[in-house]
Amino acid sequence: MPTHDYIPHAAGYVDNDGPKIVTSRFPYEDSYTLERFEATGGYEGLRTALSRRPADVHSEVRDATVLGRGGAGFPAGVKWGFMPPGKYPYYLVVNGDESEPGTYKDRLLMERDPHQLIEGCLITCYALGLAQCFLYVRGEMALAQERIAQALNDAYAKGYVGENILGTDFSVDITLTWGAGAYIVGEETALIESLEGNRGMPRLKPPYFPAAIGLYGQPTIVNNVETLANMPWLMQNGADQYKTYGSESSPGTRMVAVSGHVKRPGVYEIEQGVTTFRDLFYGDNFCQGIRDGHELKMFVPGGGSAPWFFPEQVDLPLEARPVGAAGSMLGSGAIMVMDETTDAVKAALRLVRFYARESCGKCTPCREGTTWEERVLQRILDGEGRPSDIDMLLDIADNISPGPYPVAADPSQGLEAVPFPPKQTTICPLGPSSVAPITSTIRRFRHEYDAKITKRDTIPVSAAPMSAEAAS
Amino acid sequence: MTDTQDAVSTVSVTVNGEEIQARPGDLLIDACENAGTYIPRFCYHPRMTPVGMCRMCLVEVDTGRGPALQPSCMLPVSDGMTVDTESELTKKAQDGVLEFLLANHPLDCPVCDKGGECPLQDQTMAFGPGESRFIEEKRHYEKPIAISDTVYLDRERCILCDRCTRFADEVAGDTLIHFMDRGNNTQVNTFPNEPFASYFSGNTVQACPVGALTAKPYRFKARPWDLEENLSTAWTDSVGSRVTVQSSRNKVLRVLGVDSDAVNWGWLSDKERFAFEALNSEARFTQPMARNSTDDELSPTGWAPAMTAVVEALTDVDPGRVGIIGGARLTNEAQYAWAKLAKGVLGTDNVDAQLGDGLPADVVLGLPRATIADACRPGGTIILAGPDPKEDLGALYLRLRHAVINDGATLIELTPHRTGLSGIAAHSLHPRPGELGDLAAALVAASSGVATDAAGVSADAIAAAAASVNGPVTVVLGRASLAESAATVVDAAVALNGLADASFLSALRRGNVHGALDAGLAPGLLPGRTTIADSGAAFADAWGSVPESAGLDTAGMLAAAAAGDIDVLVLLGADPLSDFPDAAAAEAGLAGAATVIAVDTLPNASVVAHADLVLPAAAATEVDGTFTNLEGRVSVCEQKVTPCGTARSDWMIAAQIALRLEADLGIDSPAAARAELAALSSCHSDLTEEALAANGVEGVLCAGNGTIAAPTTSSASGPANDAYSLRLVATRRMYDAGTALAHSPASAGLARSVELRLNPVDFDKLGIESGSVVKLISSAGELMTPVVADAGVPAGSAAIPANAPDANANQLTDASQPVTDVRVERS
Repeated sequence: MPTHDYIPHAAGYVDNDGPKIVTSRFPYEDSYTLERFEATGGYEGLRTALSRRPADVHSEVRDATVLGRGGAGFPAGVKWGFMPPGKYPYYLVVNGDESEPGTYKDRLLMERDPHQLIEGCLITCYALGLAQCFLYVRGEMALAQERIAQALNDAYAKGYVGENILGTDFSVDITLTWGAGAYIVGEETALIESLEGNRGMPRLKPPYFPAAIGLYGQPTIVNNVETLANMPWLMQNGADQYKTYGSESSPGTRMVAVSGHVKRPGVYEIEQGVTTFRDLFYGDNFCQGIRDGHELKMFVPGGGSAPWFFPEQVDLPLEARPVGAAGSMLGSGAIMVMDETTDAVKAALRLVRFYARESCGKCTPCREGTTWEERVLQRILDGEGRPSDIDMLLDIADNISPGPYPVAADPSQGLEAVPFPPKQTTICPLGPSSVAPITSTIRRFRHEYDAKITKRDTIPVSAAPMSAEAAS
Repeated sequence: MTDTQDAVSTVSVTVNGEEIQARPGDLLIDACENAGTYIPRFCYHPRMTPVGMCRMCLVEVDTGRGPALQPSCMLPVSDGMTVDTESELTKKAQDGVLEFLLANHPLDCPVCDKGGECPLQDQTMAFGPGESRFIEEKRHYEKPIAISDTVYLDRERCILCDRCTRFADEVAGDTLIHFMDRGNNTQVNTFPNEPFASYFSGNTVQACPVGALTAKPYRFKARPWDLEENLSTAWTDSVGSRVTVQSSRNKVLRVLGVDSDAVNWGWLSDKERFAFEALNSEARFTQPMARNSTDDELSPTGWAPAMTAVVEALTDVDPGRVGIIGGARLTNEAQYAWAKLAKGVLGTDNVDAQLGDGLPADVVLGLPRATIADACRPGGTIILAGPDPKEDLGALYLRLRHAVINDGATLIELTPHRTGLSGIAAHSLHPRPGELGDLAAALVAASSGVATDAAGVSADAIAAAAASVNGPVTVVLGRASLAESAATVVDAAVALNGLADASFLSALRRGNVHGALDAGLAPGLLPGRTTIADSGAAFADAWGSVPESAGLDTAGMLAAAAAGDIDVLVLLGADPLSDFPDAAAAEAGLAGAATVIAVDTLPNASVVAHADLVLPAAAATEVDGTFTNLEGRVSVCEQKVTPCGTARSDWMIAAQIALRLEADLGIDSPAAARAELAALSSCHSDLTEEALAANGVEGVLCAGNGTIAAPTTSSASGPANDAYSLRLVATRRMYDAGTALAHSPASAGLARSVELRLNPVDFDKLGIESGSVVKLISSAGELMTPVVADAGVPAGSAAIPANAPDANANQLTDASQPVTDVRVERS
């Protein structure tokens, strides 16, 4: 029975009336144990899969159009098809390095239902003929690591993982490993570098997908935790049932993490393409409205890397295509809501600072540009901004992400939306992501910047020198 | 047919409106440059994997899906590609990247060594914005920090192009510098307490596109616009790396690598790069010296009295009682002049450019020859039966490493112990000292199906190595250990020559030793890879006379001198006390010769102790001439500065001695000597002035074996081990007690002290502990050394460096013995 409220032992998760594909066990306090998992249909999806041919399992996933839940929203079944035939061994890498600002859904999946993830891995390995899976969990998520480690031990002991799974010829080893604290390792090629023991820096493209050349140079599928967590349910209930939820192009449910100035921030499992931002923010079943006495000013619809939305966009459904056309992305499903008390410049600085700190240092525009942006924003907030700084910020942004940057429409100024994605002068999208808060806020709230700009034309060089050694 | 079609097929690319043809697979940045359109870049280096880091080479490219900025260093050309390197979008991106790079760059150009030759300066001028909008405080780091004895790192200037770190990782395999921290604080640095102790560190300085990495010998010595430069050849080893020698105010200040496809690909070992320091040493001989009878010290004299004394010593002496040791330091032309002086004028055949530490001339000259490119053929097999190239022949090591890692060459090592290439070798077989020949024979037998145990290596290991041989085989052949005689290497060469398609690349290490052999500076040899027996008559016509039979080699001369049978010994840039693998024999020989005449640049141990007369010679960079590398490739060494003091070129000294002996060598310039060599030698017929001028960088390959036949003799194998002893292995290190290194201030500290390395299993047998100091005793002598465990040394072998600063292994070796057995005693 839905509790319609926070579940104390699953910090931040709100149980509600919607369909449950990946969070069905969250209400149980012992949802992470093998006993509870087995008692609630656990490993039945694996049994179903093992009774079918691997190619059929793959087709089921392709038919269901399970969109990747990590950020890019690429269909998992199609991605799986990119593996070149005959170049064994293949690897499955699970991207549990959830670190997009505002995102905390995968952590819950790993903490509350680790066996569901393991079962998803096994089904995927079976479908693709893989014998080795790597679970890469973010370094900071100690509880998730513990729970997965325990679950793996239990699953190995009971014969769900390892040699001759459930008495079949199918054997898989799952290796748990964890990160060293870099945001960029959420990017799949940087994750592979890190997994190999190298510095976590994105690899050059092409090849565009690790499916061609991935871990140790072998074909590798990298999937998000939530994507794989869908597989057990899908195996048990089938693609047709899966597609009864959500919209035609984005079937199923997805988890979103709402934070900020709403009455009930939290993680919700919603129907993709059906639920709108308005439902989510104001629905009784969801966030129950902006906090009392305040109104929505702006929101980030899909993780820190997404261009921002404003009250005009609240009626958009949570679905990749319309959100992209409107100038942003659903990304990792992290939604940050800000009311009118929020200082647009400060909010932009907070996110830009994150990207400046997390740049891996590889590409010049990102390494130098993100820090430059951060320092100019800080200077503006310190009252030492120059009138020319605003256009300079936009030009620095243009040197990282050339051309019109994706942004929402602004009817009040008669400005059209620029659709997602942005162009980039860098290898990976981290640098361009840092641009989103700047272009979004300057276009909409330029007056807030103007108000902070000093009336002097020139200002002295910052009195506080930034020492790289001091800053580190 | 398909091959031919593939070779000529090109793709058509439109660059700035003009259609160009490019080879499929070429990177766009190269294709544009070949067609005359330069795309600015910092991280891209043609000899390393592209990384696309600096983003400077972004250009607008349309491959049919609309124009977009793409890094041209990452993009292979494709047919129909349209490129605009001058579009608004491209220019904006270039401006942007340069502004980002300069944001935190200190702009201390007036005090930066790179100023004036700095790619960042040049490209800012050509492609960058006029001024910076960055008004924040720049990034600060301690400047500069010494990351090794020779290299300084200024992290403020660094633009993080990954060239140095990539070189260290990818090319040299010494991953000692790396990126640390992240974001704006990303920096290149070494790991704590681990200096950038690479033999190739200088290449990172040359590759650095800014002044972040500087080398101690050049720091603050000159401005680039004050430098003059000459194309030349590195002289410290036999690879013959192409260099440019740069000087200011008649002093050599810097040597940089030049990218030669055939030889060094632009890389140098630090020894090649920094050896010029010794040429500027205060210790150089600037005038002739004579040993005075009062205090037995060398004291300065003039050229006239010195030459008179030389001629006096050489007059009315039986030719057989004159010997000449050395000559590898000389140019080809000087070697020819000295050969003509010795064999044509003095009439002695007691001439040897090697000091008992090399190989017989017929082994070097008589086997099927290979070039470096042959050895590095994709898919070929390299059999290393010689010294560790990382220690002895740095630039060759880099080429072999690249061939194995990138081009699928198979490396099989037949070495006394682990080498710098063992990590990438398909098979590393370590024979018992003295039994290399047996191992090679067993390998050849195994390749025809009969595998047996040999030289302490199991039949299985030999069979596995034999099975991995594929494609053409190149044997890199040299003298790995100075504690074993050359006979076992000869045996190995004879055996390996039995492999189908085998060819040989000499790994003799010393300078221009191959030029010396080509010039006939060996007993029984005449210029042009021929012998007295084969060509004596022809040379007698050209030179007037030649000796009738082969003379003595260095070992023979030293023994004869010790017995009182040599009156005059000429040390032509030789130090037998340090280099001859038998210290006692060298000492006795030098002491026994009535007159020892040294022609040299710096005082070495033998000269200081035994020379009666010293003639100061002009050194490398002070003479014109040519150099012959281990392939037989002849390249130019141009004079850059005037000789030190009154030093004279070696060819000139030979010509003057001849004149004083009332003979005329007929050589009045290096070119004349070269022309005479080319006229007399069938192997050097391609060596014309035109060919040298036309192939300035690549040099002229002089192939062919002349009249020298491949060796066929097989000497007896070594004596059985007595089971109580270990067998000594004495190998060269790049930095040892060599005279030139000792006089190079920046590098002198790099010579490591002596150290005995034993397999861990031998420690238990001997009852000693790693780190303790032990006494190493052979029948010839003893020395004290610390001992360490090294699993790379096979059990039963005792490895020590050949010429360490504090103890020379030649105290333990007896040149007349095939192997050296040693005992280890606790001290």
